[in-house]
Amino acid sequence: MSIAVAHGHDATLIGLDAEHAGPAPKRIVTGYGFWIFLLSDMVMFSCFFAAYAVLLGQTNGGPTGAELFNLRNVAVETVCLLLSSFACGMAAIAAEERNHLWFQIGMAITCVLGLAFLTIEFREFADLVARGAGPSRSAFLSAFFTLVGCHGLHVSAGILWLLTMMAQVFAKGFRADILRRLLCFALFWHALDIIWVAVFSVVYLLGSAT
Amino acid sequence: MSDVELHHPADVAPGDEKDVSLKQRVLGYLVGLALAIVLTATSFFIAGTDLVWQPSIPVAIIVLAIAQMGVHLVFFLHITTGPDNTNNVMALAFGLLIIFLVIGGSLWIMANLNHNMLPMDQIMQMQR
Repeated sequence: MSIAVAHGHDATLIGLDAEHAGPAPKRIVTGYGFWIFLLSDMVMFSCFFAAYAVLLGQTNGGPTGAELFNLRNVAVETVCLLLSSFACGMAAIAAEERNHLWFQIGMAITCVLGLAFLTIEFREFADLVARGAGPSRSAFLSAFFTLVGCHGLHVSAGILWLLTMMAQVFAKGFRADILRRLLCFALFWHALDIIWVAVFSVVYLLGSAT
Repeated sequence: MSDVELHHPADVAPGDEKDVSLKQRVLGYLVGLALAIVLTATSFFIAGTDLVWQPSIPVAIIVLAIAQMGVHLVFFLHITTGPDNTNNVMALAFGLLIIFLVIGGSLWIMANLNHNMLPMDQIMQMQR
């Protein structure tokens, strides 16, 4: 350990140090495992993105993205998710500071913003279906509903997880295992935001530009 | 730097930050949020404007999206290039490789097939 501290920037010594340090703490192992899961989730989304990009022009005489998308809605959705990501970060900091009140406030704001996002998205879907542009209209719309709907499902699952974490912290306090779950939840929520960046850029902005 | 390594000899969990003060952590999220909002606003503005050369718009949107994903990774998920983050970055690099192969490969193959296929009405006529 003292060698690694003395030569902290030497890559080979850091490797040596890791060898002698024994197994990594459980928090690191859990976080790393969840990071691998998130990356595999992103790979799954990349398949949906590839399908969407390939099928973008296959409208079968039906409406195109430029005719369907309402960019003002998308901007509001984006702001909701961005702010909820920020609130989630604040909740994570409050958890590290063991502050119950601010943690619950942060998580509640995250939850409300996530629900607002889901409401806008659900209204958009219902509106599209009512206008005869449901997922069975064309290959383009099938790909659109699959991709955006899959992200919406992830957000729904995230909100269920969020409520569970609020209840667990309320009932059990900031135990080590609860804090590990919180770490994973925060990673999940921020990763959903990253996927949404790709969705609004590729699906909505590029889709309505062409 | 060196006293930090006493606590975590080699690694840091993804999403965790090294021992930094409360104020610095909040500031980090604030900077990330500000950058993300600026990048989002820029790409929404570019998508609907006539001020820039039209063919450059899709490229600009994609570049802005990649930049914003980078902002989220660094400021929200705390995936950095520090020596304690090597494993996380390597996993990310592998994930990016697969994503690039899936999206790039699909687009390439399907564009090639599209290019080599006769238009649909001509195929219909040949079947008659």
